[in-house]
Amino acid sequence: MYQEYTITVFSENHIGLLNRITLNFTRRKLNIDSLTVSESAIKGIYKFTIVVYCSKQTIINLVKQIEKQIDVIRAFYLTPDEILHQEIAMYKIATSALLETNEIEGIIRQFNARILEMTKGYTVIEKTGHKAETQELFEKLQPYGVLQFVRSGRVAITRLKKELLSNYLRKLENKQSVLV
Amino acid sequence: METLTKEKTEVQKDKSIRVTGSEALLMALIAEEAKIIFGYPGGAIMPVYDKLMDYELQHKLKHILTRHEQGAIHAAQGFARVSGKTGVCFATSGPGAANLITGIADAFLDSTPVVCFTGQVYSHLLGSDAFQETDIVGISMPVTKWNFQVRRADEIPEAVAKAFYIAKSGRPGPVLIDLTKDAMLNELDFSYKKVDKIRSYIPVPETKQYEFEKAVELINSAKKPLALVGQGVILAGAEKELEEFVDKTGIPVASTLLGLSALPSEHPLFTGMLGMHGNVAPNVKTNEADLLIALGMRFDDRVTGKVDTYAPNAKKIHFEIDKAEVNKIINVDVAVLGNIKQTLPLITNLVNENCHEVWSNSFIPYKDEEKRRVINKELYPYNGKISMGEVIRNINETLNGEAVLVTDVGQHQMIASRYFNFKNKRSLVSSGGLGTMGFGLPAAVGAKFGAPDKNIVLVSGDGGFQMTLQELGTIAHNKLPVKMIVLNNNYLGMVRQWQELFFDERYASTSITSPDFVVLASAYGIKGEHVHSHNELVEAMQRLWNCDEPYLLEVHVAKKGNVFPMVPAGAPVDRMVFGDEK
Ligand SMILES: Cc1ncc(C[n+]2csc(CCOP(=O)(O)OP(=O)(O)O)c2C)c(N)n1
Ligand SMILES: [Mg+2]
Repeated sequence: MYQEYTITVFSENHIGLLNRITLNFTRRKLNIDSLTVSESAIKGIYKFTIVVYCSKQTIINLVKQIEKQIDVIRAFYLTPDEILHQEIAMYKIATSALLETNEIEGIIRQFNARILEMTKGYTVIEKTGHKAETQELFEKLQPYGVLQFVRSGRVAITRLKKELLSNYLRKLENKQSVLV
Repeated sequence: METLTKEKTEVQKDKSIRVTGSEALLMALIAEEAKIIFGYPGGAIMPVYDKLMDYELQHKLKHILTRHEQGAIHAAQGFARVSGKTGVCFATSGPGAANLITGIADAFLDSTPVVCFTGQVYSHLLGSDAFQETDIVGISMPVTKWNFQVRRADEIPEAVAKAFYIAKSGRPGPVLIDLTKDAMLNELDFSYKKVDKIRSYIPVPETKQYEFEKAVELINSAKKPLALVGQGVILAGAEKELEEFVDKTGIPVASTLLGLSALPSEHPLFTGMLGMHGNVAPNVKTNEADLLIALGMRFDDRVTGKVDTYAPNAKKIHFEIDKAEVNKIINVDVAVLGNIKQTLPLITNLVNENCHEVWSNSFIPYKDEEKRRVINKELYPYNGKISMGEVIRNINETLNGEAVLVTDVGQHQMIASRYFNFKNKRSLVSSGGLGTMGFGLPAAVGAKFGAPDKNIVLVSGDGGFQMTLQELGTIAHNKLPVKMIVLNNNYLGMVRQWQELFFDERYASTSITSPDFVVLASAYGIKGEHVHSHNELVEAMQRLWNCDEPYLLEVHVAKKGNVFPMVPAGAPVDRMVFGDEK
């Protein structure tokens, strides 16, 4: 059965490693739905959040292969009910469109979106939420003319009680050395 | 580029000395006890070669100039496979580095510890399409266990230390270090510390106590157990531990191609090779067994045949060092993670003594049938042309197993692996996972350096030999007493066999003309002779072994011989074809 999985990867470095991680998707011809990389709460440790649609067997093998990379500290996958996640979208519309009617204001209120910047020429609206929500807003604004639209990759936080990364790191640091 | 570690490496000023990056690299190799380097020079790596000359004169390091970078990497692999040490090779940037890739991919699939050092253009030129610039770190990423580009001289000691640690620890594999020319030329304060730990890397996973208990329980209660030995046993140096386990439990043993020589062929419980061109009994019995004990093997598709019908009656225990291999192809009941050299003896201590006589005896009829329908004909062809099996039988009779067999890829590889008498551990060097034609000759070069006191016999095909035959130059130059046997069937035999069986005998591009290999060898000053008949074979074999120089036999074998029995691709393992069916 195919379903959506969110993969979280913690790694030491991140240049080059992104390539090593995505190689595992390309080899399997898996499409990455969304990808975000940022430094984690711990300095020097990076967090990748990757969304992919695949089968259970695939996700299990895929995550093992990712975790096998030397610089990867930990990798795991989560199903939609195990995470809280958000994406952010930005919409640029002509300010004249906004001023001509009250409807756009209504839409912004209804969607809990907000105006980031307004100039004589354009207005930038921002909305965070799930893809379906940001998409819906896009469609609502479309008739008034959306000049630009971008959506970020997903950021996610797990609902599960996971060992804290800092504790896990301490455990790794204390592990015995292995001479072959 | 990323930094190497998070902790700042404090250089101890009193213990360090000021050297160039090139010298640091060579000093690091000495610290890692890597004495032999296989390589090929060129512009970007010249500073290293220049220093290397001094180290060679002082007999601290030895460089073997191959005739192609592919030869260098296969030689490093051959060296590593026979010696258990890490193979090292050097190549220049661009084409030199790119020529290594096939061998790196081969080492990746066959878990061979090798460290490659490639020259790279000056760091300020990176990304500018400079002369002989190629993104070798990018190219090699999918086929290396780890790779890294060194851009500063002071990164060299730690990069080398990490490279050797990663290549050899856990499940071994190839590592590539790319060094910019300025990193070689600039100076650093050199001090060397071996790496024995990397925070994000767990080479040997933890073994769970309950998995031990479950394994012991399954082994004790099994009525029809079969042990499947892979190269993991050899890589762990656990041959003795394997033998003790088998002797105590009386469990029959079968081997993958790369697991061969972990247990001597003549061990009473050894039942043969698994898989496509393996033996009938272990393949058939795989599907009858009630317990499979997989020891450092990865259920390759050449071993399992059709996965859905594989070992349907068996519980499965998987002894494995690489977590990612567990449940990858075949789901198992118990996974004993860890280093098999440590885990297996613990199991041996706990399991009951047993002998499984009835079960073991049930292998015999299948063995006899294979003998009658395939083996006897292959080993003792009473008329016509020489068969490949007959040549291997002659090697066995002449040397009684006192040799390391190196093969190329094709029919001769399967026949040699099936019939060679493996007596000593680490006595097979063959390209398994990648099946790289051209592997044999350079791997034999490396094997001779890795085991100078052993007889090294290369069995190659007329096709594969031509893929890397320039390494005859390396053999001649170093006066390496490698014994070469080219089994000439005038065909790319393995492909021709498939065409015969599965493509209506349409022999598309598989008939191959070759040079006179004996004349070719003599152009390099290497002795050799042609063998056409059964009688000539026996005598030529004597001359081959009595000569203390390199020697080549070109044996003219039957043109359309086939390797049987065979599990056709995608068929269940117990449906072997013998080739004599109507
Ligand atoms: C580099 C490479 N190219 C192609 C193949 C496909 N292939 C496998 S076996 C084989 C034929 C080998 O012919 P030869 O060396 O004469 O050995 P034989 O099978 O005749 O013993 C070929 C072409 C391969 N394994 N490796
Ligand atoms: Mg041939």
